[in-house]
Order: sequence, then structure tokens, then C-alpha cells
Amino acid sequence: MPTRRQFLSLAGGVTVIPVLTLRPLDATPAMLNTAIRNVVGEAPIRTGKVKLDIPPLVENGNTVPMTVSVASPMTLDDYVKSIHVFNEKNPQPNIGNFYLTPSSGRAQISTRIRLADTQKVVAIARLSDDSFWQVSADIVVTLAACTEELN
Amino acid sequence: MAALINVPAKAKRGDIIEIRTLTSHIMETGFRHTVEGALVPRDIITSFTCRYNGTEIFRADLFPAIAANPYLSFFTIAKESGKFEFEWTGDNGYSTTASASITVE
Repeated sequence: MPTRRQFLSLAGGVTVIPVLTLRPLDATPAMLNTAIRNVVGEAPIRTGKVKLDIPPLVENGNTVPMTVSVASPMTLDDYVKSIHVFNEKNPQPNIGNFYLTPSSGRAQISTRIRLADTQKVVAIARLSDDSFWQVSADIVVTLAACTEELN
Repeated sequence: MAALINVPAKAKRGDIIEIRTLTSHIMETGFRHTVEGALVPRDIITSFTCRYNGTEIFRADLFPAIAANPYLSFFTIAKESGKFEFEWTGDNGYSTTASASITVE
């Protein structure tokens, strides 16, 4: 016969079963969320498969090297259709959309971006089965880009 | 306009090759002001396309958050000898092209 204490701790344990949510990563401001939904629609976004290589600490936000790669065999049946990159705090949430094909061979792109503030960058990949996968990275920026005055 | 293209001159059939492109452009964001307070109008490249013997193999939409003198690197499978054609288009009717040849053995 379990004691009252054991019973209560058991009941309490049941209530903390984690609920699996498939929303964009937490603490995304409304603009970023809207930009992501414009691309993804109502489809769920899973975390994984995508790798975002970007320096965690940036002195000059005017040119930040960035590489996005996706774990994919890149065959006719299973390939990455597109890669979409977003930011949290620039004046505009989009950074770039990159469209690949099975003949890309490797799902990887590099470019240089601007970051106006210390913020999060989100990369989302759309696979050939129309599933979406995401990753995010936090970057500390000491000199901001985009909005400074011209001399 | 000056564009720098890096494509291997030779490749084996089936090799995955990296293509790197750099073009000179101010990529004015449209969010900057002069000292007098006037907004500097946006002037950016909005689209980049790469074709391999006429077939599109890579395309990108660019936004003001892409750094000045846009650099892009991507991959493709070397299938046949021929030509890569690159095209950048943007605000104010901006359009520029470049090309590179490859020999596939």
C-alpha cells in the first residue's frame, strides 16, 4: 500500500511529461517568426540536420562569414531543395534564400552577411519531401552594420 | 563590373566541385542615413543565378543583410565539359554576367 507521500510524488511526476512542440526556436520576435512562416507556411519545423558555421563573436558586423550545410545524400529521391537564412534584429529579418538541386552534390553554401546587433541567426532547410529542418546560432557583435551614418 | 569566379579548370566526371563567386557591388541597405538625416536609397543585388550548359544549378535571393561585394560559394557535380554562366541582377536595373569553362574527363 503506497503512502500518501509516494502517491503524490507519483501524481506530480505524471504532470511534468514534456509536451513536444514544433514551433520555430524559442524567443523569436514577431518579425522573424512572420518571415519564417512566409517561407515555411504552417508546416512543422524540426531541429537537426542543418549546420550553421558562423563565428560566435564578431568584431565587425559589416562582413560576417557564414556557411550552412545540411546532412543529405543529395540523390534524386532525397535532396535539399532550398536553404533559408534569417536574423532576429537587423532592420529586415531575411538574409538570403538559396535554391539547390540534386546535381548540387553537396548541400552546402557560404556567403558573407551583415549583422546590426548581437542576435540569433536561424537557418532552415527544405528537403525534397517538403519537411523543414532548422538550426540557430547566437552571435555577439561589437560593431554593428547596416544603420550607421555615412560620413 | 568586375566579378571573380573560381571554378576548377579540370575535373573527373562525377566529382563534386566547389564554385566560388565574388562580384563588386555596394549593397546599399536602404537603412542608412547621411549626416543631414536623409535616407540613402536601397541599391542591392537581389538575385544570383548559375547555369551549367544552360541548366540552372543554383539560384539565390539576396537581401540587404548580405555584405557588400557579395561572395557566394556552392557545389555541383561535374557532369560534362562546358560552360558555367553567372548572372547577378538587382535594383535600378542592375545586371551583370560572367562565365567560366570546365573540362570534364
